[in-house]
Amino acid sequence: MTTLDTAPSPAVAAAGPGPRTKNVGLARLTLIELRKLADTRSGLWLLIVIALGAAGTSAILLGFASDAEQTFSGLFTFGLLPSGVLLPVLGILSMTSEWSQRTALTTFTLVPARGRVIAAKLAAGVLIALAATVMTLAFAAVANLIGIGLGGDGSWHLDAALLAQSALMEIMFVLMGLGFGALLLNSPLAIVLFFAIPTIWSILGEMIKALHSAAAWLDLNQTSIPLSETGMTGGEWARLGVSVAVWILAPLVLGTVRVLRREVS
Amino acid sequence: MITVEHLSKRYGTHPAVDDVSFTCEPGTVTGFLGPNGAGKSTTMRMICGLTPPTAGTATVAGVPYRRLGNPGRRIGVLLDASAQHAGRTGREVLTLAALTMGVDRRRVGESLDLVGLNATAAKRRVKAYSLGMRQRLGLAHALLGDPSILILDEPANGLDPEGIFWMRRLLRDFADGGGTVLLSSHLLREVEAVADQLVVIGGGRIVAQGAKAELLAASGTVVRALDAGALDLVLKRIGLTGTKATDGGVVVQAPAETVGRAAADAGLVLLELRPAGSGGLEQMFLTLTAGESVKEAVK
Repeated sequence: MTTLDTAPSPAVAAAGPGPRTKNVGLARLTLIELRKLADTRSGLWLLIVIALGAAGTSAILLGFASDAEQTFSGLFTFGLLPSGVLLPVLGILSMTSEWSQRTALTTFTLVPARGRVIAAKLAAGVLIALAATVMTLAFAAVANLIGIGLGGDGSWHLDAALLAQSALMEIMFVLMGLGFGALLLNSPLAIVLFFAIPTIWSILGEMIKALHSAAAWLDLNQTSIPLSETGMTGGEWARLGVSVAVWILAPLVLGTVRVLRREVS
Repeated sequence: MITVEHLSKRYGTHPAVDDVSFTCEPGTVTGFLGPNGAGKSTTMRMICGLTPPTAGTATVAGVPYRRLGNPGRRIGVLLDASAQHAGRTGREVLTLAALTMGVDRRRVGESLDLVGLNATAAKRRVKAYSLGMRQRLGLAHALLGDPSILILDEPANGLDPEGIFWMRRLLRDFADGGGTVLLSSHLLREVEAVADQLVVIGGGRIVAQGAKAELLAASGTVVRALDAGALDLVLKRIGLTGTKATDGGVVVQAPAETVGRAAADAGLVLLELRPAGSGGLEQMFLTLTAGESVKEAVK
């Protein structure tokens, strides 16, 4: 251990704010957030389970669906189900683990502009949703080839609009998870509420007549159904937009405000 | 350079930190002393922009911390060694920090070597680390960006005697090379060995601050007489009250000459008459902060 190892030169110590204090780039922060999704055992396993789930759906269709249902498009849309359920959990944990594992202390000490960290988490979430969509496409293609061999329909037709809508749906659910995570900053609470509230809302919307028309606009489960079919109408987009504002944008905005203001200790 | 001006933090009606001001100059180690719950950590979190102050300002290298774009390259911070993801390996924790700061990944290995974490330890997950290992990892994290300022909250906690000795050398060398160190502790002995400036805080307020040498010089005189009762009377006559030290002596806030003359006039036999030094400082530290820590403990 010598002085040279650690001691900065007096010139460095005396220098004013220089180029070294430039903001950390958003691209770099996004890569770091992606890395943080996979560098713990729990995160890595969640990703593995999502991949296994996508592969599993293909196996189910190949094994049990009628030959006519074994198409590229059918395999793809069914294959998105596991990631649609599990990617939001990844989003929730990305936000909440900073507080439950108390890493916010080092994260925000290294990047005091907390808004940039949140932006990077959102960007990482969108990228992982797109990656999941591409992975599902690949699995569906392989399964379709196998299906052709096994005597399935084997049609390769996939509507471009359906592909875009599917990617959008994946992104929406990840962002909703991130929003719930940022708003609640508590892993179990955020995960439970993420799954419970929309379900309860759907049940109430079904049961109570007065809520019927409101649910048609505010129940994301209901308004997002057209996304998995082709030919969405303007009215359907409008309903989707309203429920996205309530369930995704509002939690994201409020959650961001909460993270920006919260005392880190 | 760290500048803290009139920093205050209130939680409801409870003032956790009350009008605290001090500066840390390059080339010095400042010991930030106080009992548990005195407001040390809150002050340090405010300096690092993690806790918004109720009033006052703090700047690091002349800038409020939150305005620094990439602070890791200028300031090394260790506030809580346990605040790491339990599921990450030690090496991964440092790799994430290196990527964030934009320093060469080779620095990760160098930092691990520097703090004495070997390859096996670096591969283990943080949940398997002892507190001492976490502190070493935290120090490696703080030193990773080659900073010129260090802010460390109780870094000696959990370190073995050899580790404490090693850390003192590290901090002393860092300061001697022109660096600025702010180091907190609730143990006077621990910072006394390395600090040249002391800031003592109790109940959120600064109760003493200055150069260590000056504080030691001003810490009074130890006097021990053959007849303790007679010494009490003599001290009372010249308007002084002594506080009993643990070794049977009495600490008096007066120069040795004054006490010696009074004893000679009264014909007292003295067994000991010397500057109180660090013993006196500890006495002062206890009297200044004792009431507060008791209050804190029963809260």
